[in-house]
Amino acid sequence: MAGTTLPRSESLRRFTPGERWLHLSFGVLMGALILTAAFLYVDPLSAMVGRRALLAEIHFWAGLLLPIPLLAAVFLSPPFRQDARRLNRFQQWDWVWMRRALRFDTSGPSGKFNAGQKVNSAFVLGATIVMFVTGLMLHFFAPLPDNVRTGATFVHDLFALAIVIMGVGHIWMAWNDPEARSGLRTGFVSPGWAAQKHPLWDELASTGRGSGEEVTREVSEHHQKDR
Amino acid sequence: MANEAADGTPIGRRVVLGMLALAGIGVAVGSKATSAITEVAKNDPTGLTGLIPGGGRFRFYSVAGPVDEIPRSDYRLRVDGEVERPAEFTFEELAALPQTRLVKDVQCVTGWRVPDVEWGGVLLSDILEQVRPKASATALEFGSSDGIYTESLTLDQAQRPDILVATHMQGEPIINDHGGPVRLYVAPMYFYKSLKWLDRITLTTAVEPGYWEDLGYDVDAWVGRSNGRDDAPTV
Repeated sequence: MAGTTLPRSESLRRFTPGERWLHLSFGVLMGALILTAAFLYVDPLSAMVGRRALLAEIHFWAGLLLPIPLLAAVFLSPPFRQDARRLNRFQQWDWVWMRRALRFDTSGPSGKFNAGQKVNSAFVLGATIVMFVTGLMLHFFAPLPDNVRTGATFVHDLFALAIVIMGVGHIWMAWNDPEARSGLRTGFVSPGWAAQKHPLWDELASTGRGSGEEVTREVSEHHQKDR
Repeated sequence: MANEAADGTPIGRRVVLGMLALAGIGVAVGSKATSAITEVAKNDPTGLTGLIPGGGRFRFYSVAGPVDEIPRSDYRLRVDGEVERPAEFTFEELAALPQTRLVKDVQCVTGWRVPDVEWGGVLLSDILEQVRPKASATALEFGSSDGIYTESLTLDQAQRPDILVATHMQGEPIINDHGGPVRLYVAPMYFYKSLKWLDRITLTTAVEPGYWEDLGYDVDAWVGRSNGRDDAPTV
């Protein structure tokens, strides 16, 4: 199924153009931030390229711009807001997914987004706010007492480490799922992929492929098995 | 079927709020945590603390592009300007002058501190003695072979017994990344005053602010008494 192009009528819309634009622009800015951070922070890389003032300037501006795609999506895209609500809320099956993920099994039951994607998106939002605020504190440090400035450095550094770890996980998951990637490129996925990876996706039922009852039974079985 | 967008528990919101709370605590205690890590790193044979951000290690700051390594045999330190006897020192000539050893902390103006760093080299005042500043000289300008980095000291500051034209760090020759083969070490001031890749000292009639001072840092960069900071002095 993966890689085949279905006619639009048979495929399922997963992301709107606005959402894909958000993902792309946010990803490019985050990539620029991580790359410049690496050259500012990792000693061998710093020694290799130098040019701190330029790198710091790029890092600062990319950081300032980072919330803009996010805010644009919040204010301009009702489909994004709907997906954000889905990402915010854990359903009972998400706990099953999490327990299985602890055993490195990411095939647990999932709605439009699995529990890992939900945690990741919450992490990205939290990290963006924390990095934005501490980044501003580091850039406009003059009015701040020393220990606050050192504290902001500490938090900015630790969260940067967490972002790299989560980012590697994010790319690893995408690497292993070509149709998830093409879903973000084109906006559409096949109902077969959706039924396999996201069987509890509410909009899947409308295609007649998501057998809600069957899956509900599966979830309660998972529950029993896991307890 | 559950409504994915309305039912269930708002875990995402809790994760975000939890992260913000953690970050708030982190900003509040981060300063103490950083010094605690520095203390531990001092006596850490495993080197694992080096992996934790912020603890007791050098960070490499280079303001220019990559700096080519200068072989010791090609190294020259030019001392000119308001002096009776302008001079040029090779690495060997520096090594033949009286050597001084200092063990002191390094404090960066951005907050990191490396305790008990051993420096070796020639006292700046010993070099001044060789070139004899004229009566008109009141300050020194330092130049770096990276072509961008400059620094300054007053002549009075330069006479202090804790300012080195350094050739050794932790008992080893200074590596290129640390500003070798010869750099400045200005113990009582923030580390940006300790110019890397030192290749020129010019005696001047007035203080000429350096690279970092042009970016807003203090010219008289005493640790704990400048740049709005109150770190423990490194003298």
